[in-house]
Amino acid sequence: MARTALPTVLRHHLAALRMLLVFTVITGLAYPLLVTGIAQAVLPGQANGSLLTADGRPVASRLLGQNFTLPRARGGRPDPAWFQPRPSAAGYDPGKSGASNLGPNNPALTAAIRARRAAVAAFDGVPPAAVPADAVTAGGSGLDPDISPAYAYEQAGRVARARRLSPARVRALVGRHVQGRQLGFLGQPRVNVVVLNRALAGQGRPVR
Amino acid sequence: MSDTLAGCLQALLLVAALTLSYRPLGDHLARVLTATGHGRVERLVHRAGGVNAAVEQRWPVYLRSVLAFSAVSVLFLYAFLRLQHHLLLSLGRGAVPADLSFNTAASFATNTNWQAYAGESAMGHLVQMAGFTVQNFVSSAVGIAVVATLIRGFTRKQTDQVGNFWVDLTRLVLRVLLPLAFVFALVLAASGVIQNLHGAHDVMTLAGGHQSLTGGPVASQEAIKQLGTNGGGFFNANSAHPFENPTALTNLIETYLMLVIAFALPRTFGAMTGDHRQGYAIVTVMALLWIASLVTVTVNELHGVSSAAGRAAGGMMEGKETRFGIWGSALFAVSTTLTSCGAVNSAHDSYTPGGGGMTLFHMMLGEIAPGGTGSGLYGILILAIVAVFVAGLMVGRTPEYLGKKLRGREMKFASLYLLTTPALALTGAALAMALPGERAAMLNSGPHGFSEVLYALTSAANNNGSAFAGLSANTGWYNTVLGVVMLLGRYLPMVFVVALAGSLAGQRHVPVTAGTLATHRPLFIALLTGVVLIVVGLTYFPALALGPIAEALH
Repeated sequence: MARTALPTVLRHHLAALRMLLVFTVITGLAYPLLVTGIAQAVLPGQANGSLLTADGRPVASRLLGQNFTLPRARGGRPDPAWFQPRPSAAGYDPGKSGASNLGPNNPALTAAIRARRAAVAAFDGVPPAAVPADAVTAGGSGLDPDISPAYAYEQAGRVARARRLSPARVRALVGRHVQGRQLGFLGQPRVNVVVLNRALAGQGRPVR
Repeated sequence: MSDTLAGCLQALLLVAALTLSYRPLGDHLARVLTATGHGRVERLVHRAGGVNAAVEQRWPVYLRSVLAFSAVSVLFLYAFLRLQHHLLLSLGRGAVPADLSFNTAASFATNTNWQAYAGESAMGHLVQMAGFTVQNFVSSAVGIAVVATLIRGFTRKQTDQVGNFWVDLTRLVLRVLLPLAFVFALVLAASGVIQNLHGAHDVMTLAGGHQSLTGGPVASQEAIKQLGTNGGGFFNANSAHPFENPTALTNLIETYLMLVIAFALPRTFGAMTGDHRQGYAIVTVMALLWIASLVTVTVNELHGVSSAAGRAAGGMMEGKETRFGIWGSALFAVSTTLTSCGAVNSAHDSYTPGGGGMTLFHMMLGEIAPGGTGSGLYGILILAIVAVFVAGLMVGRTPEYLGKKLRGREMKFASLYLLTTPALALTGAALAMALPGERAAMLNSGPHGFSEVLYALTSAANNNGSAFAGLSANTGWYNTVLGVVMLLGRYLPMVFVVALAGSLAGQRHVPVTAGTLATHRPLFIALLTGVVLIVVGLTYFPALALGPIAEALH
C-alpha cells in the first residue's frame, strides 16, 4: 500500500494542475483577450480611458481628477484660475490610488479638515461655513473627478475674478456642467472638474 | 428629487433586479448541478485535464480533489508572482517578494482577495489576467461545488457519493460564470471601465503639469471579481477607482453582481431538494439581515455628528466618492461585507464607529446574508442545522432537517465549522495585539486601531478581503499569518461541510410526521435569525466591545 500511496497523491495533483492550466487558457487568456478585442473594436473611447483632448492632444481622462496647481517654480499652490478638485490622499497620481484611511475620530483627520476649511474659505473669499463637506474631505480613490454642485458654485466667484470674467458667466458655465443623478435617481448630482475646466480653458485673461 | 427618495429608489431597483434573477438563475444553477450529459467543450476540458468525468466520487475523494486543486492553485500563483518579471506584459514590474507572494496566492485561491499590495504599482497585466482572473473564476466555482455536495447530502439516500468535483467545476465555470462575466464585462466597458493592454502613459494636464494614466484589462477582471464575490481590485483603490467603477450605474451593477449568485442559490437549494419553500425560508433570513444592515449603516453615515471628523466636515464624505455619495457607498459597503466579496468603493476605515463597526460585524456573522458564492449558502445551512438542533432540544425529539436525522456526528461537523473562523480571527487578533511590532502597524490609535487589527484578522478568517486599510499589513508577519489564516479559514470549513454532506448522504430518508419541525414557516425563519445573531453575538461581543463599541461610546 505504502508503495502506491505516493503515486496516487501525485496523480491527483497532476490532474489538478492540468485542469488549472486548461482554465488558465480559457478564463485567463481567451476570455480577457476576447473582451479586449471586442472593446477595442466597438468601444475604443471607453476602453482606452475616456480621454479628453485639447488642441488635438490628450490632456486628461474624463474619469480621473487631476491637479490644477501653479507650476512648482511658483509654489505649486492651487491655481485660482481653475476650479479645484477635492483633497486627494494620492495627489491625483493614478499610480498611487487610495484613500487616507484616517479614522472618524482621529485628531489628525479633524485637524486636516479644519485646516482645509480655513484654506478654502480664504482662497475662495467665502465664509468658512459656506465650504461644503466634499471640499474638505479626501475621496475614496484619490482620483475623484467630481465635486458637488455646491462646491463648484462656491468657487465660481474666485475663478471669475482670477480670469477677469463676469461671475454670472462663470456661474452659467458651472450650471451647464452640473450632471444630475443617473436615470434621475442613481448616485449624486455632481460637476466633473476636469470637463468643467476644459470648457473654461482659454476663457478670460488670467491674472498672472 | 431628495437624497432620501433617490437613495431608497436606488436600493429598491437593486432589490427588484435581485428578485427577478432569483428564479431563473437559481433554477439554472440547479440544472447545471444535476444535469447528466456533458457539452462538447466540457468533454474537451475533461480530456485536456485528464480527469474522469464518468464516475461519481465518494465524499473523501471529492474533498481530496477540492484540496488538490486548491493546493495546486496556490503553488501556481505563487510561482507566477515570483517569476512575473520574466513574463510578457510585466510592464517592468519586478518579482513579488516571497512573503507577499504567499499571502497573495493564498488570498486569491481562497476567494478572499485580501491585497497587501497596490495593483497599479506591483502587478503586470499577465499576472492580473492569467493569475488573478483565473482564480476569480475557479475559487468561486469551488465554493458553489462544495455547497452542491451539501445539498446532495440532503437529497440522496444511502450512498457515499456526493458528485464529481471536476464535472461541477467545469460546468460552473463554463455554463454560469463565464457567460455572465463576459456579458457584464462588456456592459462595464461600455460604461467606461477600461479594457486595454497598455502600460501607463503620460499626458500634459490642462494646468500644464504631468499625469501618468494607467491602463489594463480591467473590465474583464471587474466583472468576475464582483460576480464571483472575489473582490480583489485591479487597482489599489478597488471599486472606488473611476477606472473600475466610473458611474453610479456601474456601482449599482457591481453591487448587483456580487449579490446575485449568493441570493439565487437558496432557489437552487429549494429546486434540488424538491421543496421551493425551503429556499424561500433561507433567502428570507438572508434578505432580512441584509436590509436591517443596510438601514443601520446608511443611517449611521448620514448622521455624521457621531464622529469628530463628521462634525468638522459637515458630512461623512472622507473616503467616499462624490458620484456615489453616502447612499451608494453604504449600499456597496453593506453588500461587500455581507458577501465574501470584499471589494470596496469607499474607505471603511473612515466610516463612523457605528457604520464601520457594522461592516466588521457583517463578516463576523460568517458572511451568510447572502454570503459568498456557495460559501454563503453552506454557512447559513450549517446555522439552520444548529437552529433545528436547538428546536429539537426544546421539545425533546431527535432533530431532523429535510428528512435527515441530525445525530452526534452531524452536529460535531456543524460545531467544528462554527468554531473554526472565530478561533482563527480572535486568536490572530490577540496575537497581533500582544506583539509590539504588529500593534505598531495600526494607522489610527486607541479603539479604532484595535478595530483595524480585528478587521484584518476577521476579514482573512472569513475570506472577505476588505480592510480597514489604514493597517500597514505588508509585513512579513502579517503576510504570513494572514495567509495561513485565510487558508485554514477556507479549507477547514470545507472539510467539515463535505464530511457532513457524506454523512447526510449515507442516511436513509426519514418520513415527515406531524411532529416534524416545519423548516419553511415564519417560526423557523425567526428561530434561524435568532440563532445567527446569538451565536455571533456571544462569540464576538467582547472583541467588538473593545473596538467599535468603545469608540462609539467614547
